Amino acid sequence: MREVVVTGVGAVTPLGVGARTLHERWTAGACGVRDGEAPCADFDPLEHLSRKEARRADRFTQLAVVASDEALAEAGLAPGAGRPVEATRIGCIVGTGIGGMQTLETNHMAMFESGPQAVSALAVPLLMGNAGAAAVALRHDLRGPCFGVVSACAAGAHAIGAAIRAVQVGDADVVVAGGTEAALTGLARAAFRTLGATSELGISRPFDARRDGFVMGEGAGVLVIEAAESAQARGARALARVAGFGATCDAFHLTAPDEDGDGAARAIEAALADAGMTPDDIDYVNAHGTSTPLNDRSETLALKRALGERAAQIPTSSTKSAVGHLLGAAGAVEAIALTLALRDRIAPPTIGLEEPDPELDLDYVPGSARPFVVPDGRPPRGISNSFGFGGHNAVLVLEGT
Amino acid sequence: MSTVTAEQVEKVVRDALESFGAETEGVTLETTFEELDVDSLDLAELSQIVEEQYGVVLKGDDMKQIASVGDAVSMIVERI
Repeated sequence: MREVVVTGVGAVTPLGVGARTLHERWTAGACGVRDGEAPCADFDPLEHLSRKEARRADRFTQLAVVASDEALAEAGLAPGAGRPVEATRIGCIVGTGIGGMQTLETNHMAMFESGPQAVSALAVPLLMGNAGAAAVALRHDLRGPCFGVVSACAAGAHAIGAAIRAVQVGDADVVVAGGTEAALTGLARAAFRTLGATSELGISRPFDARRDGFVMGEGAGVLVIEAAESAQARGARALARVAGFGATCDAFHLTAPDEDGDGAARAIEAALADAGMTPDDIDYVNAHGTSTPLNDRSETLALKRALGERAAQIPTSSTKSAVGHLLGAAGAVEAIALTLALRDRIAPPTIGLEEPDPELDLDYVPGSARPFVVPDGRPPRGISNSFGFGGHNAVLVLEGT
Repeated sequence: MSTVTAEQVEKVVRDALESFGAETEGVTLETTFEELDVDSLDLAELSQIVEEQYGVVLKGDDMKQIASVGDAVSMIVERI
């Protein structure tokens, strides 16, 4: 199978527009949570899209399109006559947890208030879960395999996993892959709250003894996943090498994670095996770390089970402490955060972690960012965990360059 | 309804196209939808507006027959 690398990254997050903005601000300890939620407050779609493009896209699609612009520009694969890879060899896979929630709610409301004729002709194309993938492909003329991925909060990671496999086996030379979510709406907010999943206090503090749920955020992350031989042939710089991917299911409960972290541990083990690595090869873990009582406990158990004694030595931090939970975008945004953390050999902090939970005994990088040690001059390597309602587990292993 | 003029219908069509994001400055009745980058989704929205405003129903087949702003205005005026 072919080697796979990352040649571009793009993100829109509660810390601002841009992948570097995310990395730099998180590393500096900034937090994008405001009044208990983490919106992309700086994001104005009309700064990036024409009026027509903007109104043809739900917010979750707008976020994905803008993230993809950045990623493709960095990879040197923006559309145009001189693009060094043929459009038919570039795929596009974009995950989402929910899809066009705002469109769904607006049209549902209009139907109740004014009758079925008030439902927009654009409702279906805007709310469908694959709209993000379709819009990114349309904008950048990507004519290879293209679809959406739905696995709740693991969707972004599964999209990247599907992209890796497509490139490895040769279905495409490049896949533009990621995740996106814009579900800061009345219905989604109420639904997560009723379920008891979100923080009543409105604070995201993964692994802290006082954690009481996740903070809802919105955003998108897009990576350019490319065959190493393609990148090499056109002289593109690899930001990271994709070392491994593993995916499993708990088959335990619709929303709760397996109590002893079995499914998650198996996904980490599978990703390591795919990478041909052992726990000693890992220098940093970007945790799923949602700030819910259940996840942070079972994820800790899973890491200990999969990494053994080494787990306690590896700095492990959660991006969600800085941007909240981006649901279907989380896995992709966190893969980007991992890519840039490996580049700088730095573990960004788990913000807000002040009262350790006696049951959770790993090194969660409280306080401030910390450089990590890479032995023997080998490249730095890290894991990104993503777990979703439904018991979906997806784990990536990346290697810095 | 009988008092509706072609000019009024033209204004409704222009306003609709403008709201869809089309650049309507300098547009005449002869301007084609292709020139305005108006596609089938825009026309589906236009037909909704026209139905709401005038009670005129434009179906998919009708839409295939109209290629310009003038075509749309004429078809709507004929059916009011």
